[in-house]
Amino acid sequence: MNLNFLDFERPIAELEAKIQELRFVSDGQDLNLQEEIQRLEAKSRSLTESIFSSLTTWQVTQLARHPQRPLTLDYIPRVFTEFRELHGDRAFADDPSIVGGPARLDGRPVMVIGHQKGRDTKEKIHRNWGMPRPEGYRKALRLMRLAERFSMPVLTFIDTPGAYPGIGAEERGQSEAIARNLMYMSALRTPVVCTVIGEGGSGGALAIGVGDRLLMLEYSTYAVISPEGCASILWKSADKAPEAAEAMGITARRLEGLGLVDRVIPEPLGGAHRDPDAAAAALREALVEELERLAAHAPDELVEGRRARLMSYGHFKESG
Amino acid sequence: MNWFRKLVPSRIRTEGGSKRTVPEGLWTKCEACSAILYRAELERELDVCPKCGHHMRIGARLRLERFLDPGQRREIGAGLEPVDALKFRDSKRYRDRLVQAQKATGEKDALVAMEGAVRGIPVVAAAFDFAFMGGSMGAVVGERFVRAAETSRERGIPLVCFSASGGARMQEALFSLMQMAKTAAALARLEERGVPYISVLTDPTMGGVSASLATLGDVLIAEPRALIGFAGPRVIEQTVRETLPEGFQRSEFLLEHGAIDMIVHRHELRDTIAGLLAQFTRRDAP
Repeated sequence: MNLNFLDFERPIAELEAKIQELRFVSDGQDLNLQEEIQRLEAKSRSLTESIFSSLTTWQVTQLARHPQRPLTLDYIPRVFTEFRELHGDRAFADDPSIVGGPARLDGRPVMVIGHQKGRDTKEKIHRNWGMPRPEGYRKALRLMRLAERFSMPVLTFIDTPGAYPGIGAEERGQSEAIARNLMYMSALRTPVVCTVIGEGGSGGALAIGVGDRLLMLEYSTYAVISPEGCASILWKSADKAPEAAEAMGITARRLEGLGLVDRVIPEPLGGAHRDPDAAAAALREALVEELERLAAHAPDELVEGRRARLMSYGHFKESG
Repeated sequence: MNWFRKLVPSRIRTEGGSKRTVPEGLWTKCEACSAILYRAELERELDVCPKCGHHMRIGARLRLERFLDPGQRREIGAGLEPVDALKFRDSKRYRDRLVQAQKATGEKDALVAMEGAVRGIPVVAAAFDFAFMGGSMGAVVGERFVRAAETSRERGIPLVCFSASGGARMQEALFSLMQMAKTAAALARLEERGVPYISVLTDPTMGGVSASLATLGDVLIAEPRALIGFAGPRVIEQTVRETLPEGFQRSEFLLEHGAIDMIVHRHELRDTIAGLLAQFTRRDAP
């Protein structure tokens, strides 16, 4: 199993390699290395625990973008049943960087919408690295309104570097598509729960991110601009991305502390990619709980509460 | 050009550039056609170059001063001031950048909102100040816009906003992104109440402002040749590795692609907006 270790995980990677080697040697031989293997495994676990207990913002950013990190389509079959993907914005095209459709959560009908980045090169190209064009946002809006009509809660999964900065996207009104979603989502008369599962990239993330509850997986990030983009504008050098990430405070825990995120969903030791089933189980449990809580509110109350929440965002002082 | 210089009588010849001292601010150069313009004349022209028609960027207060009828005006959210909640520091501290911008513009933040009238029609009008940190939207801009929209909703009088912004204010990090949702939510309420909102896109309107309040108008008007879009032209060029088509993301390009309703010359803006609002609110022509 190649877990694609990140730079800061090198000591763990070395230990794991050793364990693999011992396993290989002990295989089919009388040598009993079991004890040694167990000792090393325990050591690897405690080492992982210690490294992961004090990650820098930049390290979390790398985890959020990890090549093995579970994507929306990895979570959907583990969290929901009967997902049926619906396609197209009815005006121009189907954008594969956003997927969506009805499904069931714990037997209950819901509408699922999420960014999809793509795993291998071919799929990444097909999915445009999870960077939607206007038709993606318009498809999402169509599905949300469908959900509203049939009283289905909307569950969104955010994982995008950002909205696609391309010529066609601009020609077809990228700004308007995002803006329209923000406006409609703020008034949608059905529960909306948004979860950042990987990268929350700016307006492209927010365009499916206005809801009653905002959840984040432990090692996901959410930012107004990519650390690289911020660094190249404010520090005049993209190399300063780690500093920019730190200054913006883009991790789940930090944003929870700032009151912008309602709930952080813990990930398996070493990150969601180490154990996608466990990560999906934790996500599922959180979503079921959140929906139960929201089900108690009438649509008017929901919209009222959502608006009050949006209006509370931002610090300023007032005189006179 | 030497032959030409010889022909010009010495008394009107300028030697080696502009060594002579001219009172500060009396003359201005048009960035588009390089014509040297007399400041007082340019003001009469509402900062539109009389030679080439270039619409220059103007401050928020001046914009509203010229747009609203003289007299009865009330500023909205004037007491709001930005704070540096995150203690944000890049090559400079956010706090210092704010002080600098406040000194340079005389404004507390990048949006000014007022209640007043245009050609006798009561309106709430807001304008972005691009000179204040690129017209970026932080908590104060968001809150002032929301208060303007709420005033508009409560009184049932139309809302007009002149945008000029690079987008969200990075120094307020995710709080600034949330202003997009906040302002859009206020506009949803305004729409429910049936109050018209006219958005005027001026040069430049980009990023988070373009992808929220600026493109949500019932009518979208742009000034000529304004740069309007989501991603900046340089970012797009780097991403797609092609040269961008001529006039890309300019008002005329947006009109052609169906993204805006009309392009209106600055001299005609007041009349056009007043005329539209009178029609939408079933009044006689102003």
